[in-house]
Amino acid sequence: MSDHSSSYVPSNGFTRWLDERLPVLRMMHGQFIDFPTPRNLNYFWTFGGILTFCLMVQLITGIILAMHFVAHGDHAFQSVEHIMRDVNWGDLIRYTHAVGASMFFLAAYIHMFRGLYYGSYKSPREILWILGVMIILVMIITAFMGYSLPWGQMSFWAVTVITNLFTAIPFVGESITQWIWGGYSVGDPTLNRLFSLHYLFPFVIAALVGLHIWALHVVGSNNPTGVEVKTEKDTVSFFPFYIIKDGFAVIMFALLFAWFVFYAPNYLGHSDNFIEANPLQTPQHIVPEWYFLPFYAILRAIPDKLFGVIAMILAICVLFVIPWLDTSRIRSVRYRPLYKPFFWLFVITCLALGYLGAKAPEGYYLLASRIFTAYYFIHFLVVMPVVGLYETPKEVPDSIADSVLGKEATSETAQ
Amino acid sequence: MKTDCLTILRAATLSFTLAGAVAVFTGSAALAAGGEGPHIERQDWSYNGFFGKYNKAQLQRGFGIYKEVCSSCHGLKLLSYRNLVQKGGPEFSKEEALAIAKEATVSDGFDDSGDPKERPGKLSDRFQSPFSNDQMARSANNGALPPDLSVIAKARTYHRHVPWYTEPYYWLYDMATAYEEKGSDYLYALLTGYKDAPSDMTMGDGMHYNEVFPGHQIAMAAPLSSEMVDYEDGTKPTLEQHAKDITAFLAWASEPHLNARKDLGKRVMIYLAILALLLYLAKLSVWARVKH
Amino acid sequence: MSSDQNDVGRRDFLMVAAGSFAAVGGAAALWPLIDQMNPDASAKALASVEVDLAPIKDGQAITIMWRGKPVFIRKRTAQEIAAAEEVDVNDLPDPQSDSARVEKPEWLVLIGICTHLGCIPRGQAAGDLHGDFGGWFCPCHGSHYDTSGRIRKGPAPRNLEVPPYAFVTDSKIKIG
Repeated sequence: MSDHSSSYVPSNGFTRWLDERLPVLRMMHGQFIDFPTPRNLNYFWTFGGILTFCLMVQLITGIILAMHFVAHGDHAFQSVEHIMRDVNWGDLIRYTHAVGASMFFLAAYIHMFRGLYYGSYKSPREILWILGVMIILVMIITAFMGYSLPWGQMSFWAVTVITNLFTAIPFVGESITQWIWGGYSVGDPTLNRLFSLHYLFPFVIAALVGLHIWALHVVGSNNPTGVEVKTEKDTVSFFPFYIIKDGFAVIMFALLFAWFVFYAPNYLGHSDNFIEANPLQTPQHIVPEWYFLPFYAILRAIPDKLFGVIAMILAICVLFVIPWLDTSRIRSVRYRPLYKPFFWLFVITCLALGYLGAKAPEGYYLLASRIFTAYYFIHFLVVMPVVGLYETPKEVPDSIADSVLGKEATSETAQ
Repeated sequence: MKTDCLTILRAATLSFTLAGAVAVFTGSAALAAGGEGPHIERQDWSYNGFFGKYNKAQLQRGFGIYKEVCSSCHGLKLLSYRNLVQKGGPEFSKEEALAIAKEATVSDGFDDSGDPKERPGKLSDRFQSPFSNDQMARSANNGALPPDLSVIAKARTYHRHVPWYTEPYYWLYDMATAYEEKGSDYLYALLTGYKDAPSDMTMGDGMHYNEVFPGHQIAMAAPLSSEMVDYEDGTKPTLEQHAKDITAFLAWASEPHLNARKDLGKRVMIYLAILALLLYLAKLSVWARVKH
Repeated sequence: MSSDQNDVGRRDFLMVAAGSFAAVGGAAALWPLIDQMNPDASAKALASVEVDLAPIKDGQAITIMWRGKPVFIRKRTAQEIAAAEEVDVNDLPDPQSDSARVEKPEWLVLIGICTHLGCIPRGQAAGDLHGDFGGWFCPCHGSHYDTSGRIRKGPAPRNLEVPPYAFVTDSKIKIG
């Protein structure tokens, strides 16, 4: 894919001069104009573009908010309210950033489920997938740190609870936790380092995204059939076909985004975070943001502190190895009759864990979260390897062009 | 291609419709069944939903109640007197706001011999809190700390008691109708929720029974009663009206730019919708001759 | 063939229309990102300060803060007023008569920021350098101001600025 012949022709003297010295325009042209892309991609493939949009929005609004925010325990809450009340357009910029975090995760989760459904993690896209898992990991850490900055009750106690997870590490847990705090409890030094790292990590994400796109452009996009691109007939050029389709999808997504920013900006937040942090009083219900709820449910489902933390971390890290856990010969779930119900069961499991993460861990809720937690891991560690071995896939088309145009059409010299 | 998208869309639509139907049939029964914690009624606020805006007259009445009743114990420290003039708020005239500001005494650094100096308030000053520190506030209030009210309408909420299988439906419903006024519902319920304590309940010293306050024992005595504050605009001064007006005022104090935000929102949504349509047409015509 | 050309024409038109519509929106979205750096509502509200002039004696000067800037208030002596008034306005780098710079001749109110590059000129305290013209002297690049705060010598292009102010009573002014 990356070695497809470039159709780039410098149009004037300057671009010709530049091309001989730094062929950056040639590279852009090759990667974003005439890059051959499977012709059969559906709208689930637009989420890559949507995520790029989200990252840009978060970076721009975040850099602006940092101009007005004060990272100090006595001033953080007030400075956020100052942004909301007095800074020109401050309320909209802050709401865009806060809602933007939710939108970022929404898009990322859809993007991940798309990858799981169409087998986009399978050879030769393992590195592409692993880079993606690294991105979601850094995103989780970044979002958590960002949530702590307004220094409301939920911020403060979320930091307290999550940093206390480190005390589960045997022998050195206490010292590591104090090192993270910069003191004997969560305080000013903690807030300052959270702010510093919250500013740094988005650039780490941006770098990982660069690698992710690079890896994508080496192996090329997967597609709904899961069949590799074979001939030129299977593809169309990225411009104008996918630029315009991605553009349309981004704007549709922006409509949803705008709905939250302008009409329900606090809907996804918690009222407790409008109470200033109080180290002497814990809120009645500590609930993380919605995008962490499934992981939170897994943490609480395990009765042992250390193993709860390990399970929560494994829930993400297991994604690193699924290219090797999936034994199926083909990629797309579309042609996998036996695996398909398991896939949807897994989707339901994730949604259910999300719901249970918002509930108090008692009674039936606790029982349910244990069952779903068990299936979460069984799915990856048992279902994926075993089903692939026993399954007889449906007939897979010979090529993308075949699946789109029908067999007869491809044997002629159609368009 | 399209088939996967369609299947997923169909499945999603079907499940939402089902969830909705289930919610409608079971919702009322569930509400009656209740659950732990008090039931809080939803109110109709002028500022809820897509078209919601603050009502200037109501905010002015609400400010009157804050000034005459609440401000003797509760601060509003994130607000400045100039906010009373700004658009989308109570919109007092500059002169009225200045008169309000001048009633306050503001500390003004030190005079030439080093003693603390005071002056009357200006529009640029923050609202002055009734107590200069928490200890003083507690000692004047039977040990309880009256919270600052600047963001109180966003800092309170309640849990709606519905069966677990309809809860996601209600989440989506609130999301789609832009209902963010649970804090206002709570404040109204609290202010109108003072009752005689049940005979089997032992009340703490100086505590008051309230239906919706967590634990039912609240240090604040019932602050409002009917005809407590005069309304110059002829509105009937019932307890319910007082409670609604002060709640609306506090909602504005929490979210002073709501009117402007929702106004701009409409323009942005229309712009995005047109852009989406243009892009969709362009997409159709670009892809028209390519089978995919 | 002509219908093909129509198709292409329609396609190009839609692409250009969508592209330019998106560009307009993008440009409009830039404004809030720029405007957020402008003075915010709380800064704009700090518009005025009142100053009591009664304790200031002849020839004495005080400095107060207005919008984060130093404001010089000087009660000028008769000689200083005379020196300021007798200058030929046309000889000045920034021609302005003394009467245009004061409300009452004995009270001179100035923003104490050198119009060259923003330093604060010396000359408020009795022992300070007052420059060649008995007013203020900017230590950064050697600008000399006279007893009316006008630039007389040095790199500064303009006279010291006079802030908007008014007498509330005979011995009290409101700046801003």
